[in-house]
Amino acid sequence: MPRALWTHLVKDLRIEWRSLDAIISMLFFSGLVVVLFSVAFDPRGEFSQRIAGGVLCVATMFASVSALNQAWAREIRHNVMDAQRMVPSPGAELYLAKVIVNFFFVSIVQVILAPFFFIFYNLHIAGQGWLLALVLPLGTWALVGNGIFFAALSITSRNREFLLSLILFPIFIPALLAMVQATTAILTGERDPTLWIKLLAGYDIIFTTVSLLLFDVVLHAE
Amino acid sequence: MSAPASEGLCAQLDAVSKLFGSFAALRQVSVDLEPGRCYVLIGENGAGKSTLLRILAGLLRPSFGTVNVFGGHEPHEVRERIGYMSHAPMLYDELTGQENLRYFASLYPGRPCLAPSEALRQVGLDPDLTRTLGQYSQGMRQRTSLARVLLPVPELLLLDEPFSNMDVESARQMVELLASFRHGSRTIVITTHQRDLAAPIADWVLALKAGRVASFEPGSPTL
Repeated sequence: MPRALWTHLVKDLRIEWRSLDAIISMLFFSGLVVVLFSVAFDPRGEFSQRIAGGVLCVATMFASVSALNQAWAREIRHNVMDAQRMVPSPGAELYLAKVIVNFFFVSIVQVILAPFFFIFYNLHIAGQGWLLALVLPLGTWALVGNGIFFAALSITSRNREFLLSLILFPIFIPALLAMVQATTAILTGERDPTLWIKLLAGYDIIFTTVSLLLFDVVLHAE
Repeated sequence: MSAPASEGLCAQLDAVSKLFGSFAALRQVSVDLEPGRCYVLIGENGAGKSTLLRILAGLLRPSFGTVNVFGGHEPHEVRERIGYMSHAPMLYDELTGQENLRYFASLYPGRPCLAPSEALRQVGLDPDLTRTLGQYSQGMRQRTSLARVLLPVPELLLLDEPFSNMDVESARQMVELLASFRHGSRTIVITTHQRDLAAPIADWVLALKAGRVASFEPGSPTL
């Protein structure tokens, strides 16, 4: 692992450990979504199996966006971003470290949320449950990877939080669709989720590569 | 306007203008900066001092004109040789001074940097402070920020209002520290509203007015 990437990772983890801002806000938002949907739809039996995939993805999305909006907040405050622009280490490593750290945080939230999710929606996995361990990380990576990139792109905007949602959601739609379809297929066991998982993996590879290649341009934009 | 011509200029600005929309922050500024000199930029708010510094740092690109540093490079190509300090500390509030400096020092691969504790000592701070930066006073943050700038031992030091939020004694200590850097043949550019504080190290005083060079006169350094 490149030294600068490791340095960025340690720094972000250390800062988050001292405040726990991101994890607490994500837990709150995602918990709220799961509870609200369960109250609104009173999900039972087969119906809950069908909507659970969508609810889980939406919960993840809300949780991630609350964290993504704050992903560069510490760099904006006190012009730390200028210090990042002045160092010779590649911007791609700064980007990748942010993605890994936020991916890690969202994954923690998903792990905490999962038992409650199964209780509230009375879920029984009819398909190959282990595939969820592939679908959820792939979908989360798609969301976080794009989110960190577009959050950096909108840093100079006064309406950056609004702008992030405006850019991120339309671009995330193919990954969201694949994530929901794959999760539902796994939960109901009616269809084969392989195609959707391949689509998610392809989406991740393409968007992560493009973001890594373009991040230096975004970082040094005036 | 330019200082007396000499070979091997540290930086050269040729007819540099910077537009933000229709507002011209800099207009046709031409300045030569020699190595081992200290230049003090003065002017009212909005005169273009910070913009000039950010262009020299490579954080902004001129709308017109050219900037060359260290013999023909654009600033962003050699950013590891340039140290830039703005009025904001450019450091993380949640980390201690030592942690901040250790972090930034590791982002200069292949460049020998000062040890973080040594950089902190140079600016008169205790490297063993366990408080996070958010709990520092403004003056201490300013010093830590200077320590960050000094880490990679830059050849061109750009300091935007370094004496703001500092008491007179601390500012004097900073001036003495900067004098020692200038003797090491490094070039220093300082913007300030407190001209008297920078006077002891000012080889040249450049006054900006409404984005233009109003005067460029030799100073009378005593340090």
